[in-house]
Amino acid sequence: MTPATLAGYAAVSPTHFLVAALLLFAAGFVVVVSRRNAIAVLMGVELMLNAVNVALVTCDRVYGPARLDGQLFALFVITVAAAEAVVGLALIIAVYRVRGTVAVDELTELKG
Amino acid sequence: MGNWVYALAFYGLTGAALLGAAGVLVLRNLFHAGLALIVTLFCVAGLFILLGAEFLAGIQVLIYVGAIAVLILFAVMVTQRIAFQSILRQYSRAALAAFPVALALLVGAALLARRAVAPAPAPLPAGDQLTDLATALLSRYLLPFEVISLLLLGALVGALVLARKEEPK
Repeated sequence: MTPATLAGYAAVSPTHFLVAALLLFAAGFVVVVSRRNAIAVLMGVELMLNAVNVALVTCDRVYGPARLDGQLFALFVITVAAAEAVVGLALIIAVYRVRGTVAVDELTELKG
Repeated sequence: MGNWVYALAFYGLTGAALLGAAGVLVLRNLFHAGLALIVTLFCVAGLFILLGAEFLAGIQVLIYVGAIAVLILFAVMVTQRIAFQSILRQYSRAALAAFPVALALLVGAALLARRAVAPAPAPLPAGDQLTDLATALLSRYLLPFEVISLLLLGALVGALVLARKEEPK
C-alpha cells in the first residue's frame, strides 16, 4: 500500500491529519502554560513544534508534492528546534546552578 | 484491504501521540514525562510515514528521539534533586489561563473535523523523493541551508558558554 493511493481513502482525509495536529498543538500549549518545571515547559514547546510539522507535511502532500516545500520547511523547523533545545537546556542548567531551582514562577527578579 | 489498515494506523498513532502528550502534562516524575514525550515523537514519525514523507520520519527519529529527547532526559537528571523537590506544586498559577485557549483550539478542531473539505492529496510524482529534496536543498533553499548551519554553530558555541562552570579566578 503506497501513500499515492491516499486520495482513494475516504476514511482518513488530510483534514484528519490537520485535526490531529491541532489536538497535539493544544496539548503542547497546555503543557507550556501550566507546568511549573522549566524542562517540562521545554517539552511542551517540542510538542507544539511537532504538531506544526505534521500540519506542514499534510499541506505539502495536498498542495505541492512536486515541489516538496512543506517537507523542507519541516526539515528547517526540526533543525531550529534542535538549536532551541540545546540553548534552552543550557540556560536552564545555568539558572539551576545559580538559583538552585528550575521552577518558572520562582524566577521573578525582573518583576517590577 | 488497505483502507482500514491505513485508518487503523492513523487512529492508533494519533491516539498514542495524544496519550504521550497527556503523559507529559500529568506525570509528576519528570523523567517519566520525558519518556512519554519520546512516545509522542515516535508516533509523529509514524504519521510522517502515513503522509508519504519517509525521509522526514527518519530524520524525526534521528534528531528528535536520538538527540533532543536524550538531551532533555540528561537535563532532567542533572537538575534532578530540585526537580523532585519542587513537584509539591506541579502546576503554576497561570495554568487556569490555558483552558480557555485550549478550549478554543478544541472547538476549532471540532469545526474542522465536521467540515472535512480539504482537497484530496495530489498523487505523488514519479521519481525519487529523496533526490528532489536534496536538489531543492542545494538550489532553491541554498541560502536558508547555509544560514541554518551558521545558526547551529552559534547554538553549539552558545550552549557551551552558558552551561560551562565558572572557573575560579
